[in-house]
Amino acid sequence: MSEAIPGGFPLLSILIFLPVFGALAVAFVPKGRGDVARALGTAISASTLGLAVWLLIHFENGVGAMQFVEAHEWIPSLGVGYRLGVDGISVFLVALTTLMFPLALVASGHVTKRVKHYTIFMLLLEATVLGVFLANDLFLFFVFWEAMLVPMYFLIGYWGSAGRVRAAVKFFIFTAAGSAFLLAAIIGAGVIAGGDFSYAGIFGHDYTLWAQRLLFWAFTISFLVKVPTFPLHTWLPDAHTEAPTAGSVILAALLLKMGTYGLIRFSLPLFPRAAVEAVPVLLTLSVIGIIYAALVAIRQKDFKRLVAYTSVSHLGFITLGIFAITTTGLTGGVAQMINHGLTTGALFFLVGMLYERRHTRLIDDYGGIRRQVPILGGVFLFVVFASAGLPGLNGFIGEMLTLFGTIVVHRWWAITAAIGVILAAIYLLWMYQRLFLGPLDKPENEKMRDMTATDLVVLVPLMILMLVLGIYPKPMLERIEPSVHEVVVAVEAGTAGTDQAYVEPEQTSPSNPVAVVEAAEHAEAEQHAKEAAAESGGHAESGGHGDSAGSGSGHTEGGR
Amino acid sequence: MQILDSAWLIPVIPLVSAGVLALAGRRLKEPIAGWVATVAVGASFVLSFGQLIALVGRPPEARTFVRTLYEWIPAGGFRVPVSYRIDPLSVVMILLITGVGALIHLYAIGYMKGDRDFTRFFFYLNLFVGSMLVLVLADNYLLLFVGWELVGACSYLLIGFWYQSSPNATAAKKAFVVNRVGDFGFVVGLMLIFSVVGSLDYGAVFSIAPSVMTAAMATAVCLCLLVGATGKSAQIPLYVWLPDAMAGPTPVSALIHAATMVTAGVYMIARSFVLWDLSPTAQGITVAIGIITALVAAVIAIGQFNIKKVLAYSTVSQLGYMIAGVGVGGAGYAAGIFHLLAHGFFKALLFLCAGSVIVGMHHEEDMRKMGGLRTKMPITFITYTIGFLALDGIFPFAGYFSKDGILAALFEHGTWWSQVAWALGLVGAFLTATYMARQWFMVFFGKPRWDEDVHPHESPWLMTVPLIVLAIPSTLFGTAGLPGFNQLHRWLEPVFGVAGGEPELLNATTFALLLTSLVVAGSGLVVGWAIWYRATADQRATLAGRLGGVVPFVRNKLYVDEAYAATFERPGYRLTAVLGDEMDQRGIDWLVMGTGAAFKRAGAWFSKGQNGLIRAYAAVMGAGALVFVVYVLARGVSR
Repeated sequence: MSEAIPGGFPLLSILIFLPVFGALAVAFVPKGRGDVARALGTAISASTLGLAVWLLIHFENGVGAMQFVEAHEWIPSLGVGYRLGVDGISVFLVALTTLMFPLALVASGHVTKRVKHYTIFMLLLEATVLGVFLANDLFLFFVFWEAMLVPMYFLIGYWGSAGRVRAAVKFFIFTAAGSAFLLAAIIGAGVIAGGDFSYAGIFGHDYTLWAQRLLFWAFTISFLVKVPTFPLHTWLPDAHTEAPTAGSVILAALLLKMGTYGLIRFSLPLFPRAAVEAVPVLLTLSVIGIIYAALVAIRQKDFKRLVAYTSVSHLGFITLGIFAITTTGLTGGVAQMINHGLTTGALFFLVGMLYERRHTRLIDDYGGIRRQVPILGGVFLFVVFASAGLPGLNGFIGEMLTLFGTIVVHRWWAITAAIGVILAAIYLLWMYQRLFLGPLDKPENEKMRDMTATDLVVLVPLMILMLVLGIYPKPMLERIEPSVHEVVVAVEAGTAGTDQAYVEPEQTSPSNPVAVVEAAEHAEAEQHAKEAAAESGGHAESGGHGDSAGSGSGHTEGGR
Repeated sequence: MQILDSAWLIPVIPLVSAGVLALAGRRLKEPIAGWVATVAVGASFVLSFGQLIALVGRPPEARTFVRTLYEWIPAGGFRVPVSYRIDPLSVVMILLITGVGALIHLYAIGYMKGDRDFTRFFFYLNLFVGSMLVLVLADNYLLLFVGWELVGACSYLLIGFWYQSSPNATAAKKAFVVNRVGDFGFVVGLMLIFSVVGSLDYGAVFSIAPSVMTAAMATAVCLCLLVGATGKSAQIPLYVWLPDAMAGPTPVSALIHAATMVTAGVYMIARSFVLWDLSPTAQGITVAIGIITALVAAVIAIGQFNIKKVLAYSTVSQLGYMIAGVGVGGAGYAAGIFHLLAHGFFKALLFLCAGSVIVGMHHEEDMRKMGGLRTKMPITFITYTIGFLALDGIFPFAGYFSKDGILAALFEHGTWWSQVAWALGLVGAFLTATYMARQWFMVFFGKPRWDEDVHPHESPWLMTVPLIVLAIPSTLFGTAGLPGFNQLHRWLEPVFGVAGGEPELLNATTFALLLTSLVVAGSGLVVGWAIWYRATADQRATLAGRLGGVVPFVRNKLYVDEAYAATFERPGYRLTAVLGDEMDQRGIDWLVMGTGAAFKRAGAWFSKGQNGLIRAYAAVMGAGALVFVVYVLARGVSR
């Protein structure tokens, strides 16, 4: 029944099913041994991280197409298959997933009720999230997408705080309503394509403009709910506030990215004419979201709500970059998914640590605690800076790429969105000030414990990644770029010759003449330097380097 | 060219040292942490000096050296390398930053003695120096922006260094947020450049922009960048953060808020001179902003009593001159940089002297409680006097030639607005001499007005040595730019090229201008002497009475902070309250949930049940799934 697996080794399947079998194994842990269950769960999710690292190492750079493809027939008459694959858009999301789950489990030491079930749900959640990012088939994607709701619902609804049930229900209603659109759209797309539900079949089918419009919006609305994009975001602050720390982390770092991922994977390439037509609407919603959510965040008194609103604002940059439909913007959008996952994940870990210590989410109950918890204060500030997009750290790269990718095609949207840069500084630094700075005037805070070794184990890897991805993001960006460029090419091809015809401007395209010439010059300069160094045997003092002193003249020729 | 190839180490050494200090934390004890930091900056200074020598050894046209370290951001057509540029402009900047920086580090070892966060202080200070070096060495606008933002962050960290006082924390946040407002403009400027040119590399931008940028676009770009400069270099309308920034430790005020960071805007405009040359409109606006700031800040400085606040407003005012200088273009580019360097020396000196006074006075900053200190603190007094004369523009001190270079460039530009600016600049020079004379007399002369338990004393050698060293360039640096023998101008010529204009000649006009400046500064001094030394307290009170409402107006800083609070801060906060408390939870949530509820009612009507929301949903989903499964099976069977 199944064809031979290209590449031989079903790495992606193992990635998805390792946590499932892990969950089964955890189920056999005897009652009352929550510590064993959590340790086992952590080990299993850590081993998925190992697999993901192996995947990253062997992921071929410069290739836009799917890699590590696995394809088995499932319902051949409908073209539905069990197809997995990973490309530049998904590979870092997979890595992020396998990183955040073990960290979230390590940070779940404060969970004391039904630890075994908690661990099982976490592992199942990891499997479904991985499935969403790895599925290469619409139907399979939908199965994972829906299955994800169940463990998340219980994580919020059972292990959350006081208002958890209401929040869980709201989360469920919003996302399930979105899923209804998604299911309808998948069925509709397949039926119109003559009963072929495969990604290739739908991608290859030439839908009429009206069919594209209907299907595009059905897909897109379900994704926008998940992102969440203004005005569909109101479930998020509630869900975040009530979820346990690990739930908030996973929600912010990974589940929201499923929405933006769907937009890139499905909405844009499958229905390009409708997408191009919808760009002004979606950019407007993104920009409103960036500014509106930032303004609302400033006001929040509950730090988890505040961070939740920052997510809405940050995700606005991602959707902005996506719907600019430029290689630069999309690369920035994908990079920002990873960056936001790291920084906001870290922020939720940190506010979780504060909550554990003081059992209050109200910012006003803190104040001046930096003196008491200097390490926590320093780490918190580092993460706050990363989240505010300080250069040298990761958030800056994604934010700038989405803006620079947008300015070329939609000037005023990009300029308005840049206001978010100011607002981010206000809400984050004000929160930091109210929590950590000023006099320590509340006696309850005088006994606060600084970060423990476990806390550092969770935060240090994230901080290292924030720094590395800020200083040297190239390895990530150059793997993302070919795949998102294919999306742009698909939109160009799908709209060519129609009223919606779209061509990417050359500034953001990989063939940007100025950039190409400069890259060649830099490469040449490097070469010169190496040769000169080799010739002179280390004590180079020849005039040869003068050539590489690229004063204005070299650029002049290239630029014109 | 081995020495030029090693230039990347110049910012990296302080950054690595910062990293070491951050990780070591309190394990590294005072004063070792301070020495580590100082040596790191000193090493960068030595390397910077090496760059100067390497450039001098080359013919003028080959004095631009660009090196790419690695490709930083490749994303479609947006490709930004990490690359540095050594040229006559960046070399003088790195010499100033590392030279003055090293001295201030040394001074801070003494000043911060006994602080419980001694190591953290030097971590921030090193981080700042490294970031500032990135800013001036960058070979593209995005990397410049990295330095630009990082120095802002360091400024935030250092203003709020003593975070347990709420006003300090608020001042720090204010500085960062106001700077971010400027950064918004700056980022928009960069985005516009990229959208037109397709690159952010200096080489590409400067060679392509003249042929592809329309005058309107050039104006838009320059004005956006100017917004950034008004933030970082504390110009109207964004200068309000700098006086509050004096909440930071005094070495910080000297290094960041006088000598280096605040000059970033001036440097950036000089660096982007090709763009400014494309837009006479932007040049005019830049000059107007600069000269009005110079004047307004000088007026406010006269009314301040805090020793550091006077110097802060003085810095704002002097930055205004620099902005006006680089704004007018032509010979003004080099003149602006000349004043930047000279001011870097003497204003750092003045701040460090003020710090010495503050330590000597047991952390008293109010000038009304000083007086007669010249005998108690002789070294501080003499070095302060040198800085004061340099700032006043008294022959032959550094500020005399550097400020005059800007005024001459304004005068010789030949347009009506530039000559109005020149006249206003002279008024500003008069006021400068007046407020500095006021400070000099209030602090060092007259009867002691100390509190009883204060016993002023001279500072230790760690603090006085930097004062003495800085007094030397404050005195002599003017010779680098003597009219007619303007070495600095000639040195910068390869950068500003023909646009830099012919170095001014010593003719009748320039001589007349020099004389005018001197007379104006001298009369300012005399007025200051007459009011704050000669006159009695009663006479001063009578004078203040005659001036009426002007005095409280000036003392309260023209109520600018209050006006901003009323127009932006409070309405803005009210807006967030409306959005956060009403709109989001009652408006949008209600709307979206209401739509959902309407569907539910419709669903309930269809199913004729009294289901809860979840069950209704489950039913709908189940039905949908069932339909789907049936369809799938039917298709499967039919094949």
